[in-house]
Amino acid sequence: MTSGLGSRVKDSLEGLGNIAILIKEVFHSIFTRKPPLKDLLYQIYFIGLKSQSVVLITGAFTGMVLCAQTYFQFHKVKMDTATLAVVSVSMCAELGPVLTALMVAGRVGAAIAAELGTMKVTEQIDALRTLASHPVDYLVVPRMLATIISLPLLTAEAIALGILSGYLVGVHFLGIDPVYSWHNMQRYTETVDVIMGISKSVIFAVFISAIGCFKGLNCGQGAEGVGKATTEAVVYASITILISNFFLTLFLNRLMAIL
Amino acid sequence: MIEARDLQKSFGSTQVLKGVNLRIEKGESVVIIGSSGGGKSVLLKLIIGLICPDAGDVIVDGQSLCGLSERQLIQVRRKFGMLFQGAALFDSMTVAENISFVLRREAVLSEKEIAEKVGDALDMVQLTGTELKKPAELSGGMRKRVGLARAIVYQPEIILYDEPTTGLDPIVSDSIDHLMLKVCEKLKVTSIVVTHDMRSARRVAGRILMLHQGEIYASGTPSEIFSATDPVIHRFVNGISDPQEHVF
Repeated sequence: MTSGLGSRVKDSLEGLGNIAILIKEVFHSIFTRKPPLKDLLYQIYFIGLKSQSVVLITGAFTGMVLCAQTYFQFHKVKMDTATLAVVSVSMCAELGPVLTALMVAGRVGAAIAAELGTMKVTEQIDALRTLASHPVDYLVVPRMLATIISLPLLTAEAIALGILSGYLVGVHFLGIDPVYSWHNMQRYTETVDVIMGISKSVIFAVFISAIGCFKGLNCGQGAEGVGKATTEAVVYASITILISNFFLTLFLNRLMAIL
Repeated sequence: MIEARDLQKSFGSTQVLKGVNLRIEKGESVVIIGSSGGGKSVLLKLIIGLICPDAGDVIVDGQSLCGLSERQLIQVRRKFGMLFQGAALFDSMTVAENISFVLRREAVLSEKEIAEKVGDALDMVQLTGTELKKPAELSGGMRKRVGLARAIVYQPEIILYDEPTTGLDPIVSDSIDHLMLKVCEKLKVTSIVVTHDMRSARRVAGRILMLHQGEIYASGTPSEIFSATDPVIHRFVNGISDPQEHVF
């Protein structure tokens, strides 16, 4: 049992090390080679534009439910007009980046792992290598760059729509005073909250694309291998987002306080 | 010149190659035969540096491949073209995009010159007019011919063929054999063909190597190999199974 646990820990650490090496290779390639522009644009279209509906629905309904729940609690202590401030700060610093990243991990992380995994089992990645092309330059760099460009924009959209939908629910359905609510929201939401949310989304973008690409490039044989890689890409990316969010919150708060 | 020195490779507890030594001269046409699962494709992938050996070395034009990074290997692989067993065409691209992949990446030629080169390569494999088709729209034989066009369009010095006729009907197999001979004759390339199609081996080989139990068991001209009296070679080239291996 101890050896089984030891081997799982060893495998996990090895996996982490390999993902770190992949990220290093990607950044080396970004700074030393011109990324394939056509592929980059296609990936931005696929990752950014095609994720709009999922992300916007998530942002809107999260803002709405957060507003309603906060109002029900604050109403008891006559703090109705602070509702929108809570919605705004939560959406900017935590819920916006985390929920957007989780939705993108489900949609894009899975798609990346499945596509690269299928290429691996059909020897297309070997073919790419025999054609003197590095899989990192041709496959990983466009996907990671596109995710890094798209996710902060998607996050900003989710935050904006979350706040807007929260405002509409609060003012029109729950009867909160619009002027005081808007004033309190502006008073308590700081630029730091927005910077923190967008910074988190950039880091989550690296995690989602790196894990998706790594799982795809290293998937097992056959349909079973592709299926397993796809599932693992989503699960590992989601867990990484949730765990790293805690540490990022602590780190970024300290960093912002220093700056 | 390609040289393999004491190549060894294992997958899990199975040792596929137990010490392969071979030397292939420039311009030679060598066919590697051997039983299924005997390590022929593994040997091909070791020669082009797609996988690393557990021990031994591969030397291409005096340069050892062992210990090279993936980026260094890319420079060596510019000398190679490879036709995969399943063609391994990029399924998101059209036939023309597949064939022009290297030419576009190099960005030396104009669009017109690239289109001309693609047209010439397709002419050579007798698939003119299929430029805009996707790999999914092609038959197995057509896919292999497109794979060959992709491998020859940038005029490599060495072409590796991994079971080029497997799974094809005799007529298409015959056309692939003719194509390999034509490529060899026109481009003066070094060819290494892995196959267990004896008809194809007899036709395209200048020299045949037989891989048996993880080692090069025999080497000779097609006539020497096909007339050999050694029971292992005789049984293999004539397709005679060992009575002890009969299931029923």
